[in-house]
Amino acid sequence: MTQEALLLSRLQFVWVIAWHILLPAFTVGLASFIAFMEGLYFAARRETYLRISSFWAKIFSVSFAMGVVSGIIMPFQFGTNWSRFSDATANIISPLLAYEGLTAFFLEAAFLGVLLFGRSLVPRWVHFFAALMVAAGTLFSSFWILAVNSWMQTPAGYEVIDGRFFPKDWMAIIFNPSFPYRLAHTVTGFYVTTGFVVIGVAAWLLRKGRAADEARTMLSTTLWVLLALVPLQILLGDMHGLNTLEYQPTKLAAIEAHWNREARAPLALFAIPDEKQETNRFSVDVPVLGSLILTHDPNGVVPGLKEVPPDQRPPVAIPFFAFRIMVGIGLIMLAVVIAGNVLRRGGQLYNSAVFLRICEWAAPLGFIAVLAGWTTTEVGRQPWTVYGLLRTADSVSPSLTGLDVALSFAGYIVAYLIMFPAGVLLMARIVRRGVEATTTEGPVEGGRPDLPVIALPGAREEGGRS
Amino acid sequence: MMPFTLDLVPIWTFILGVGVFLYVLLDGFDLGVGILFGFAPDTRSRNLIMNSIAPIWDGNETWLILGSVGLMAAFPLAFAIIIPAVYFPIAIMLLALVFRGVAFEFRYRDADHKSFWDHGFSWGSIIATFAQGIVLGAFIQGFKVDGRHFVGSSFDCFTPFSLLTGLALVLGYALLGAGWLVLKTDGDIQLTARRYGRMALVGVLIAVAAVSIWTPLADPDIAHRWFSWPNLIFLAPVPVVTAVIAFFVWRSLSGPSEAGPFIGAIGLFLMSYLGIAISLWPMIVPHHYTLREAASSQSTQAFLLVGTLFLLPIILLYTAWSYWVFRGKVRADIGYH
Ligand code: HDD
Ligand code: HEM
Ligand code: HEM
Repeated sequence: MTQEALLLSRLQFVWVIAWHILLPAFTVGLASFIAFMEGLYFAARRETYLRISSFWAKIFSVSFAMGVVSGIIMPFQFGTNWSRFSDATANIISPLLAYEGLTAFFLEAAFLGVLLFGRSLVPRWVHFFAALMVAAGTLFSSFWILAVNSWMQTPAGYEVIDGRFFPKDWMAIIFNPSFPYRLAHTVTGFYVTTGFVVIGVAAWLLRKGRAADEARTMLSTTLWVLLALVPLQILLGDMHGLNTLEYQPTKLAAIEAHWNREARAPLALFAIPDEKQETNRFSVDVPVLGSLILTHDPNGVVPGLKEVPPDQRPPVAIPFFAFRIMVGIGLIMLAVVIAGNVLRRGGQLYNSAVFLRICEWAAPLGFIAVLAGWTTTEVGRQPWTVYGLLRTADSVSPSLTGLDVALSFAGYIVAYLIMFPAGVLLMARIVRRGVEATTTEGPVEGGRPDLPVIALPGAREEGGRS
Repeated sequence: MMPFTLDLVPIWTFILGVGVFLYVLLDGFDLGVGILFGFAPDTRSRNLIMNSIAPIWDGNETWLILGSVGLMAAFPLAFAIIIPAVYFPIAIMLLALVFRGVAFEFRYRDADHKSFWDHGFSWGSIIATFAQGIVLGAFIQGFKVDGRHFVGSSFDCFTPFSLLTGLALVLGYALLGAGWLVLKTDGDIQLTARRYGRMALVGVLIAVAAVSIWTPLADPDIAHRWFSWPNLIFLAPVPVVTAVIAFFVWRSLSGPSEAGPFIGAIGLFLMSYLGIAISLWPMIVPHHYTLREAASSQSTQAFLLVGTLFLLPIILLYTAWSYWVFRGKVRADIGYH
């Protein structure tokens, strides 16, 4: 192993995981949204719901394909680039990863085919059931992968023998201290992210005067859901922070750019941390607020970076700013959702051009918040892969040279720069074609098989296929 | 948590062995369909060919994840040594699978760049398969190991032998893919599939024969395994049965049989798989670690086994059901969502 191999492996990992996480951030939420619409359609039989569901199912199919191919790359990273990490932790994390495959990936894959292709082949309730199973699969997936990641953050239930981790208590391993908070905050974050995409698209459709019925339904239901979820997300973030204070105090000190352990600590709204001088070169502080937020007590004691030697500290500036970006976005989202519900009470929700435009602009905010949040979490954990126990530098595969990793990294860069922009453009095109296209278009669109729709025995009328 | 002291290593060897074989068969036929895709004469047949696997490929590829994660769970030491040793073939396979995987969606939605994604699909399938074949060849040849780590170079895995196994696998998957297309299509496409199937079969037999001669020549342990007395007698059925199956595949590709080629191709894969297992048993990192030495802790194996025994039958059930929903010949109209 060389220093370049380590650095490049880290960069490569960040590159592949950061792209991958954007897709669950969208597909977890969207799968539930589609299942919800299918459920409404199943119960109320209003064609509006069917059209909404079919429209989003098309977008889902594109993003899901990208989620799958970028996801398959992930477990192999552990072997190719992080083989010493794998050797050390496999006894603990690999069954959790395997359970992800067994409970989630097969479920999604089998029922997705039926959800997307099978509407005319199976009874109505089976189709709804397939939508539910796909949504359940995405949630199971989040459960297991976040259990893995949380164990790396706050390891529990293990013993160390000869530098390797062995399981002692599986319940303690899965439900490790940070897991419930991370799971709740991440999944809610995914729902919020998707919610903002849905209202952004609905707002655009409304402004263009298209598919008014469907767009109103999307905007209205989703705003209600967001009215509950955005404040919940902020609350969960706060609880997550308290948990970090308890189990990863050094990370928390980095997030707050806090150098000395102190009571009645200020909150730095903005700062330029200087790691060499072990202080902030410039900062805008609010007195006492730091202790108040982090400990819920004005006299509470807040940890400082200087409590651990420099070689055990994470970089400070990255978590500090990433965290502020995430929280800033959370507050903006709260403002948008409140504004929307105020307009709703005044009966102006669908005709305020300003608000609709704001919704369009806010559509990508969730993705930025998710990336910022993960950057805070993962960079704040450095220099460890298993917090306090296994260093990132000791995790990388020993056989790799800088050239090896440079070559593979170049491959991933090129592939992702082709695939992801193409996928985003295709999804944008589906949106531009609009909800109407969903029912008028038959399967001929885009050079697709060229026979007209044929009603099979047991199939339903038009619209059955999207 | 060690409720029982039953020996789980053989059980996991069996589960993982079956899992990897299922991957090879399932993704094998849809990668094979991708390999043959490039030879399809026109857009209509390309669409049909694509539709014959569109609803199921994702599930097939999931066995790849289960294979890799299962290896990590059951034999972590092997995972930590082998995967970095085949760094480039793995990376190349993954990149090829990226293009192949998104092509299913993108080629329908992106009419302007259809031929780009069509190429992505066929070249992605060919390259991913070839890379898997290189992994196989490198695995049979073994790796340079010190303690618990691979210590060779990332380029060690590219040898004449591994290039041969790469080629063999491309031909093998093409044969499986042809078998699938004979099953799922009719008319011209079926006839074409039969023709390419026969070509692939001839290629596969030559390649398998070459591999079977080369391996014992290069590795005295393997030679001893096959040619010492009385193994010679016990193992003689392997090549004989293989030859019989090959003859059957040829006949059914040429005759009217629709299921024969696919079933026969599965048989050929089973025999090759057995052959490799016989050569290497009981090593999981050839020349260095046995299955038992590389196994994970008893608690890890027990914890995963409980859930696997419960979940695997359910998975097989609903996967079978999803194949059944899309049963019969593919038709242009049950096409795409
Ligand atoms: C839509 C997305 C989103 C939004 C609006 C927020 N977050 Fe967040 N946050 C995440 C999405 C996210 C995330 C991507 O899901 C993270 C990364 C890892 C994790 O557990 O959740 C995260 C991590 C994360 C952490 C780091 C936990 C650790 O130590 O590992 C804290 C302390 C907070 N969040 C707190 C907040 C607060 C106080 C918010 C209120 C304004 C907030 N988040 C809004
Ligand atoms: C949920 C499962 C996850 C696991 C098991 C995991 C694992 C790891 C590992 C092994 C490293 C060390 C290698 C390195 O330093 O680059 C790492 C670092 C990192 N990960 Fe994660 N990660 C997970 C989720 C994520 C997500 C979703 C993101 C999203 C952006 C992310 C972003 C990062 C970043 C930015 C680093 C780099 C830190 C640095 O190099 O300073 N991780 N992660
Ligand atoms: C917060 C972190 C992560 C979450 C919540 C997450 C969730 C998901 C979800 C929901 C899917 C289904 C496809 C989709 O909906 O787009 C998926 C795909 C996948 N993920 Fe992740 N993932 C995360 C990080 C990782 C990491 C670190 C790994 C590596 C071990 C990984 C491995 C995979 C694999 C192999 C697939 C493809 C599965 C398939 O064929 O369906 N994921 N992920």
